[in-house]
Amino acid sequence: MKRYRVTFLAAGAGLIALFIWNLCTGTVQISAGEAFDILLHGIKDSTQGHVIWDIRLPRILAAIVLGGALAVSGFLLQTFFGNPIAGPYILGISSGAKLTVALTMIFVISRGFQVSSLLMVVSAFVGSMIAMGFVLLVSIRVRKMSLLVVCGIMIGYICSAITDFCITFAEDSNIVNLHNWALGSFSGMSWDNVAVFTVIVLAAVVFCFFLSKPIGALQLGENYARNMGVNIRLLRVLLIVLSSVLSACVTAFAGPISFVGIAVPHLVKMSSGTAKPLVLIPGCFLGGALITLFCDGIARCAFAPTEVSVSSVTALLLAPVVIIMMVRKQEGVRE
Amino acid sequence: MSSSLETRHLQVGYEKTAVVDDVTLEVKAGEVLTLIGANGSGKSTILKSITGQLAPLGGAVYLDGRESTHLKEHEIARSLSMVMTDRIHPEYMTCRDVVSTGRYPYTGRLGILQQADWDEVDRAIHLVHADDVAGRNFMKVSDGQRQRIMLARAICQSTPVLLLDEPTSYLDMKYKLDILTSIRKMARERHTAVIMSLHELDLAQKVSDRIACVGGGRIRKVGTPEEIFRGSFLQELFDIDEKSFNTKLGTMYLPAGTGKPQIFVIAGGGSAVDLFYRLQRENILFAAGILGDNDIDCAVAQSCAVQTVVRRGFFPAEEAQIERARQLIDLCRAVICTAEEFGPYNEENRRLREYAAAQGKLKSETQAIQEVLHEC
Repeated sequence: MKRYRVTFLAAGAGLIALFIWNLCTGTVQISAGEAFDILLHGIKDSTQGHVIWDIRLPRILAAIVLGGALAVSGFLLQTFFGNPIAGPYILGISSGAKLTVALTMIFVISRGFQVSSLLMVVSAFVGSMIAMGFVLLVSIRVRKMSLLVVCGIMIGYICSAITDFCITFAEDSNIVNLHNWALGSFSGMSWDNVAVFTVIVLAAVVFCFFLSKPIGALQLGENYARNMGVNIRLLRVLLIVLSSVLSACVTAFAGPISFVGIAVPHLVKMSSGTAKPLVLIPGCFLGGALITLFCDGIARCAFAPTEVSVSSVTALLLAPVVIIMMVRKQEGVRE
Repeated sequence: MSSSLETRHLQVGYEKTAVVDDVTLEVKAGEVLTLIGANGSGKSTILKSITGQLAPLGGAVYLDGRESTHLKEHEIARSLSMVMTDRIHPEYMTCRDVVSTGRYPYTGRLGILQQADWDEVDRAIHLVHADDVAGRNFMKVSDGQRQRIMLARAICQSTPVLLLDEPTSYLDMKYKLDILTSIRKMARERHTAVIMSLHELDLAQKVSDRIACVGGGRIRKVGTPEEIFRGSFLQELFDIDEKSFNTKLGTMYLPAGTGKPQIFVIAGGGSAVDLFYRLQRENILFAAGILGDNDIDCAVAQSCAVQTVVRRGFFPAEEAQIERARQLIDLCRAVICTAEEFGPYNEENRRLREYAAAQGKLKSETQAIQEVLHEC
C-alpha cells in the first residue's frame, strides 16, 4: 500500500478518536455511549444534550473545518511564494483580517445591531486582501523570503496594535467578547456560524483540489509551468484569492490561529512522503483538522475550568516544527 | 514544408531595452540550430522570448507556421518543450516524477497519467540513460543526472520543437557528450527541431546542422559549421586574437607572448604539443620549426610560439626556410629536439639538430627550461 494511504488512514482514525474525546471530555463529563445516544437520537432537552448539541459539536466542527482551511490556505501560500516558510499567520494576513473584523464588530455593535456571519466573513476577507496586498508589494521589492517573512510579521504587529487600541477604547460591554476572539478561540460557535463557514470552506477546498494539476506544475517553477501550458497569472490570482478566503473564514469565526498554516503542510509532506497536490490538498485539510482539534481539546481541558487560547497551544506545539524546518532548509542550502 | 520553429524580425530584451534586434531564424524538423556568442550577447534572451518567458518587444515567433501569440497555452505546450538554466527545487519528487511532469499537456483535469503516459516517461528516461537514477530523489542526484532528467522531461513532452539553454553548462565531459548525443538522436530519430545555445564552440561545431552567431545586438551570421568556422569570423565575434582559437581543432590557446624567443624547438608529428604548453605555462618565449603545415605541432605552434618556421606538407623544406630556422637557433639560448625520426620530408630537421649540437645549444627539455629560468 502506498505510504500516503497509510498516513491518510492513520490520520482518519486519529480524527475519529479526537472527535470522541472532545465530545466526552470537559467540565461536564459524558460517557462515549451516552454521547452517541444523544447524537443518534437528537436528544437536546437534557443538560448533556444541550452541552453536546449546542456547545461541543459546533466547536468540534469549527476546529475540524477551520483547522483544515488554515492548513490548505498555508499550502496555497507556500505554493504561491515557492517557499515552505509561508502561512497566513506569519505573513500578517490573519492579523489584517482580525483588524477589519474588529472594526466591523465595534462599528456595528455600537449601533445596536447584531453582526451576521456573512458580514464577518466579508470584512475578514477585505482585511486579508489588504494585508496580502501589502505583502505582495513588499515581495516585489524584496526577493529574499526571510525578509518577506519579517515584513509579514511587522504587518501583523501593526494590525494587532491597531486592533488592541480599538478594543481597549471601545465602550460597549459586548466588546469584552472581542478580547477572547482576538486571541483565537473556537468557543461560542453557533450553528449559523457552522453552516456559513462549512459551505465556504468546503467550496474553496474542492475548488483548490481541482487546481491540483496547475499547482503541481508550479512546483517546478513559473517558467516550466508556463511551458506546460499553465496560465500563470490566472493561477496566481486564484491562489491568492482562495488562500485569503480560507484564512478570512478562520479569522472571522475563531480569530487568528497561529502556525497551523505554516507547519501542517510540511508535516503532511513529511509523513506522506509526497508533494503531489492531489494528495497534499486533502492531506493538509485532514492534517489541519487533526492538529487543530487536538490543540483545541488541550486548550479546553488542560487547565479546566480555565480555558487557554487555542493559538497559544498551536504556537507551543507547532512553532518548534517551523524552527526545525527552517534549520533543515538552511542546511540543505549549505550542501 | 513549413519550419517547425521560425522567428521573424524578433526584437528581444528587457523592459523596452532591446538586447538583440531583428532576429530572423528558422529551424526545420530534424535540424539542430545552435546559438553561439559572447556572454551577455543575448542568446538566452532570444530563447526566453521564444518560450514566452519574456514578451518580445517586436516581431513574432511561429510554431509550425502559426504565430505563437495566437496559440492557446496548451497548444504551445504541445508544440515546444524546453530545458532552461533555472534551477528547480521540487520537494519529495523522484527523478521519474520530475520527468512525468512533461506529460502534463496530455493529461486530464486532475493531471493523472495513464499507462501510455508512463511508458512515454520511461522511454524518455531510457533515451538519456538515466534508468538507474529514475527512482531516486531529484534533489539528491548530481548536476549531470539532473540535467539528463530535465532533458528526459522535455523529451517526453513529445513536441516538434525542443529548446535548450546551455544544456551542457557545469557538466563534465561524459555528461556533455551524453547529452549532446541524446540531442542528435532526438533530431535524427524523432525529427525534432532543436534550437539551443552552447558555450563550447568545439561541441557546437560537431553537433549543429546550422549555427547562428549572436553579437553586437544582432544575428551576425547564420550558416553551417563549415561556413561559420571558416577564416577568422569567430575570433572577431568573440573579440579574441586570431591565434587564440584554432577553428579546425576547436581549441583555445592562451595568447602567445611577443619578443625574442629563448628556446627553439625542433618538432614534428605531434611530439611537441605538451612541451609547447609547458613552455607557455613557464612564460618562456619560444620558436618552433621546421613544421609541415599538415602537422598538429604546426597548428599548436602557430598559436603558442613567437615564430614558427613552416614548410608545405608532404614537401621538403626550401632553402630560405632552413636559413630562417638557423637564424632563430643562433638567436636562442637553447634548442630542444622532440622529433624522434627523420625521414625524407624532415631531413632538414636532422641537420638543424646537428647544427644546434655543434653550437652546444642542444639540451634536454628540463635542462633547457632550467637554464632559461635561471638566467631570468
